[in-house]
Amino acid sequence: MSDWPLLSLIVWLPIAGGAAVLLAGERRANLARWIGLLTALVTFVLSLPLYQLFDRETAQMQFEELSPWVATFNLNYHLGIDGISLPLILLTTFISVLVVLGAWGPIKQKVAQYVAAFLILEGLMVGVFCALDAFLFYVFFEAMLIPMFLIIGVWGGPNRVYATIKFFLYTFLGSVFMLVALVYLYLKADSAAILTLHDVSLSLTEQVWIFLAFLLAFAVKIPMFPVHTWLPDAHVEAPTGGSVILAAIMLKIGGYGFLRFSLPITPDASSTLDWLLITLSLIAVVYIGFVALVQQDMKKLIAYSSISHMGFVTLGLFIAFAIFARAEANAGAAMGFEGAVVQMVSHGFISAALFFCVGVMYDRIHSRQIADYGGVVNTMPWFATFMVLFAMANSGLPGTSGFVGEFMVILASFQANFWFAFLAGMTLILGAAYSLWLVKRVIFGDVGNEKVAGLSDINAREAITLGALAVAVLGVGIWPDPLVDIMHASVENLLTHIAQPKI
Amino acid sequence: MFELSELNALLPEILVLTLTCVILLVDLYGSEQRRGLIHLLSIATLVFAAIATLRIHEPGQTVESEILLNGTLVRDQMGDVLKLFVYLVMGLVFVYSKGYLRDRNLFKGEFFVLCLFGMLGMMVMISAANMLTLYLGLELLALSTYALVALDRDNRLASESAMKYFVLGALASGMLLYGMSMIYGATGSLDLSEIAEGVRGASGDNLVLAFGLTFIVVGLAFKFGAVPFHMWVPDVYHGSPTAVTLFIGSAPKLAAFALAIRLLDDGLGGLHGFWQSMLILLAVASLAIGNIVAIAQTNIKRMLAYSTISHVGFIFLGLLAGTQEGYEAAMFYAIVYAMMAAGAFGVVILLSRAGFEAEDLDDYRGLNQRSPWFAFVMLMLMASLAGFPPFVGFFAKLQVVKAAVNADLVWLAVLSVVFAVIGAFYYLRVIKLMYMDEPTTDEPLRAPVDLGTVLSANGLAQLILGMFPGPLIAICAAAF
Repeated sequence: MSDWPLLSLIVWLPIAGGAAVLLAGERRANLARWIGLLTALVTFVLSLPLYQLFDRETAQMQFEELSPWVATFNLNYHLGIDGISLPLILLTTFISVLVVLGAWGPIKQKVAQYVAAFLILEGLMVGVFCALDAFLFYVFFEAMLIPMFLIIGVWGGPNRVYATIKFFLYTFLGSVFMLVALVYLYLKADSAAILTLHDVSLSLTEQVWIFLAFLLAFAVKIPMFPVHTWLPDAHVEAPTGGSVILAAIMLKIGGYGFLRFSLPITPDASSTLDWLLITLSLIAVVYIGFVALVQQDMKKLIAYSSISHMGFVTLGLFIAFAIFARAEANAGAAMGFEGAVVQMVSHGFISAALFFCVGVMYDRIHSRQIADYGGVVNTMPWFATFMVLFAMANSGLPGTSGFVGEFMVILASFQANFWFAFLAGMTLILGAAYSLWLVKRVIFGDVGNEKVAGLSDINAREAITLGALAVAVLGVGIWPDPLVDIMHASVENLLTHIAQPKI
Repeated sequence: MFELSELNALLPEILVLTLTCVILLVDLYGSEQRRGLIHLLSIATLVFAAIATLRIHEPGQTVESEILLNGTLVRDQMGDVLKLFVYLVMGLVFVYSKGYLRDRNLFKGEFFVLCLFGMLGMMVMISAANMLTLYLGLELLALSTYALVALDRDNRLASESAMKYFVLGALASGMLLYGMSMIYGATGSLDLSEIAEGVRGASGDNLVLAFGLTFIVVGLAFKFGAVPFHMWVPDVYHGSPTAVTLFIGSAPKLAAFALAIRLLDDGLGGLHGFWQSMLILLAVASLAIGNIVAIAQTNIKRMLAYSTISHVGFIFLGLLAGTQEGYEAAMFYAIVYAMMAAGAFGVVILLSRAGFEAEDLDDYRGLNQRSPWFAFVMLMLMASLAGFPPFVGFFAKLQVVKAAVNADLVWLAVLSVVFAVIGAFYYLRVIKLMYMDEPTTDEPLRAPVDLGTVLSANGLAQLILGMFPGPLIAICAAAF
C-alpha cells in the first residue's frame, strides 16, 4: 500500500466524489447524501495508513509525489507531508466525515450541492496541507474560498450575504499580498519548491516586507486581533457544517501557514517582529476572552473563544524567539511549537464539537440566543453530558485535549518571560468563565420555557457525531504522546532552521 | 516585384477575403430561408482559415519570422498563434449569436459579412510590418465595427452608440495616424524594422519622436479602451445588440494586443523607457476606474464594459514590463480574456429571449434554481474573470504580476492585486445573485443544443486550462 499515491487520492477522491454527487442531482437527495458519506468515509480510511506508515524518526517530507505541472515556469505538482501537516490532514478527513453526516439533519434545500461543496472543500483543504510547491499551495488556498463562500451564502442565516462577502473579501485581500511575496521569492530563488524557498537568503528589509505580506494572509485566516472581525459574522451566519469546517480546519490553515512559510522563510524578520506577534497574541487571549464573556449569541461566543484559543497558537509559535533571546535552553521553544500544533488539533475537535452542540439545539428551537434556553439538561440529559464535557475541554480541564496544548504553551512562555505566562494563564480563568457560564445558563437551572420543555434528546446520528468527538477530545487529553511523537522530528528540524540567521 | 510563393504565406487572408465575397453573393441571391447556410458558410470560412494557417506551419516547429510583399507584411509565430485564437473566438461569436439574431430579425448576411471583414482587418493588423498596413487593417476592423453597432438601425440606443463610437473612433484613428506621420518624419520610414533602427539610441530630446510616440500611445489606448480614453466602451457595449457586443468585446482585444506589440516593441522598442511610464499611468488609471466604477453598475453589459477596462490595465501591466516575459504574459492574458469575455456575453445571450434582454443584474437572480449547470458555467466564467484559482484567469494575473515584479515594479504589482480584490466584489455579486437569491421567474431555461454545448465547453475550458495551464503558457512562450 505504501506505493500508492495516497496524498493524491486523499486530495482528489473527495473532489471526484463531489462531482459525482452533483451528477446525482437534487431530485435524488438521499443518493447524494450516501455517495457523499461513502466518499468521506473512504477518504478518512485512506488517510489512516499515512499515520501508520509515517516514519517518526525523520524530518524529511514523506509520501512525496512529484510531477511537472507548468513546465515553462518550473512549477511542479509536488505533494508531501511531515510531522506538522500529518495531524492536520487527519483532522480534516475526520471532521469532514462528521460534517457530511450532518447533511441528514436540517439541510432540506439543495442537498446535493451542499454535500458536494463540503467534499470539494475537503479535497482542497487537504491539498493546502500537503502542497510543497508555493503556487500549488496558493491555488488550493484560494480555491477553498469559493465553496466556503457558497456554503455560508446559500445555506446560512438571515444576514448571510453580508457575512459571506465580508469573509471572502477579507481573506482574499490578505492572500493577494502573499501572492506578490511568493512571486518575489520565486523570482529570487528561481524555484517554487517550498523547501527551496526555506533556504533562499534574503536581506532583513526583504524579509520584513515578505513577513508582513505573509502575516496579512495568515493573520486574517487564523484570525488574529485586529483582523478577526469577519469570523464572528461568518460563524453566526454559516450553517452548522460551515461553522464546524471554518473553526476546526480553516483557521488551522493560518497557523500552518506560519509554520510552513513565515517562520522558515523569514526567520530573521520573525525574530525582529516577534514582539508584535506576541503582543497581538496576548491581546487575543485576554481581550477577546473578555469579549467572549459578554456574548448573548452562542455561536458568537464560541467564535470569540476560537479567536482567543488561536492566540495561543500564535503565541506558541513566536515565543520561541523570546526564548532564544535568553539563550538558556531550546527545550522551551520546541514545547511552544508542539503546544501550538497540539492546540490546533485540539481546538479542531473542541470547536467542532461545540458548534455541533449549538447546531443540535438550533435545529430544534431555531434560536442561538442564550436567553432562549435554560434547563436543557432536564429534557436532553445525553446531550447535556456531551455539552458539559466539551465546555470543560474548552476551558482547558486536565484530561481533555484542551489542557495539553495550553499547558505546553504556558510552560514555554515561562521560559521567555514571567509576564507572558501570566497573561496567557489568564485564559484558564477567562475560558472557564465564559464556557462554564454558558453551560450554566443553557444547560442547567430550571426549564426556561415551553420550547425547552418540549425538546427531544439527541438521535443516533447526533450521538455518533458527538460521541466520536468526545472520544477524540478525551483520547488526546489523556494520552497525547502519539500526537506529539509524530511531530517531534519536524519541530526540532524547524527550530534548528529558524535559529540560523539567513541574511 | 514579389515572388509568387509569397502568396502562399498569405493564404489565410486570401481565403477569408474570397469566401467573404462568396458569402456576400450567396446572401444577395439566397432566399430568406437560406440564412442558415450563411451561418454555416461563415463558420466554414473560419475552419478553412484555420486549416490554411496550420498548413503553412511546419508541425512542431516555430515559424521563422519572414517579411513579405516588400516589407508590408510579416509572418511570424506570434501572428499565427494570435490568428488561430481569433478564428476560435470568432467561432464562439458566430455560434452564440445565431439564436439571438434570429429572434430579433437581425439574422442577415450583413452581420456575418461585416464580422468577417472585421476579422480580415484583425488579421492584417496582426501581420503588419509597416505602419500603413497596420493602419489599413485597423480601419477595416473599425469601419466594420461601426456598421455592426448600427446594425439594428431602428434601435435608438444602438444608433446613438454607433454615432458616438464612430466620432471618437475616427478621432483616435486620426491621432494614431498623426503619430505615425511624426515617426515617419523623425525616422524617414514607415517600415517597422527600419523605424526600430532609426530610434535606436534616440534620446528624449528628439521632440518630433516624443510627439509621435505620445500620439501613438493615445491612439493605442483608445483602441484598447484604457482610461482616460475609455469613454466609448460602456456606451458601445451597452447600446449594441448583445451579439455585436460579444464581437467587440472579444476578438478585437487580440488584434489590439498585436497592434501594441507591432508598434511599441517591433517599431518603437528603443523608446521603451518613455512609453513604459506612459503605460504605467494608463494601467493604474484603468485598474482603478474600471474596477471601482464597475461596482456601481446595474446593467451587466456596462459592468462587463468596465471589467474590460480593468483587464486592459492588466494587459498593459504585462506590456509595460517591456521584456519577453512581459509580452508572453500579456499575450496569455489577452487570449484568455477574449475567451472569458466571449463566454460571459454568451451567457447574457443565453438568458435573453425574443423581446427580452437579460441585461439587468437582477435578471440573474436565482439562476441556480432555473438551471444549475449554466449557473455553474457562469460561476466559472466570473471566477476566472476575477482571477480566482483554479481558473485560468488566475494564471493570467499571476503572469503579469510576475512580469511586473521582475521589472522591479513591485509597487505596481501590489497595487494591481489590491484593485483585483476590489474588482472581485462585482464578480462575486453576480455569483451571489445566481446562487443566493430567489428567481424572479420560474420559467426553466431552455438552451439550444449548439449554444448550450459550446457555452459549456467555454466555461469548462476556464477550469481545465486553469488546472493545466502548461500548454497554453508554452504556446505563448514560443511566440516571442
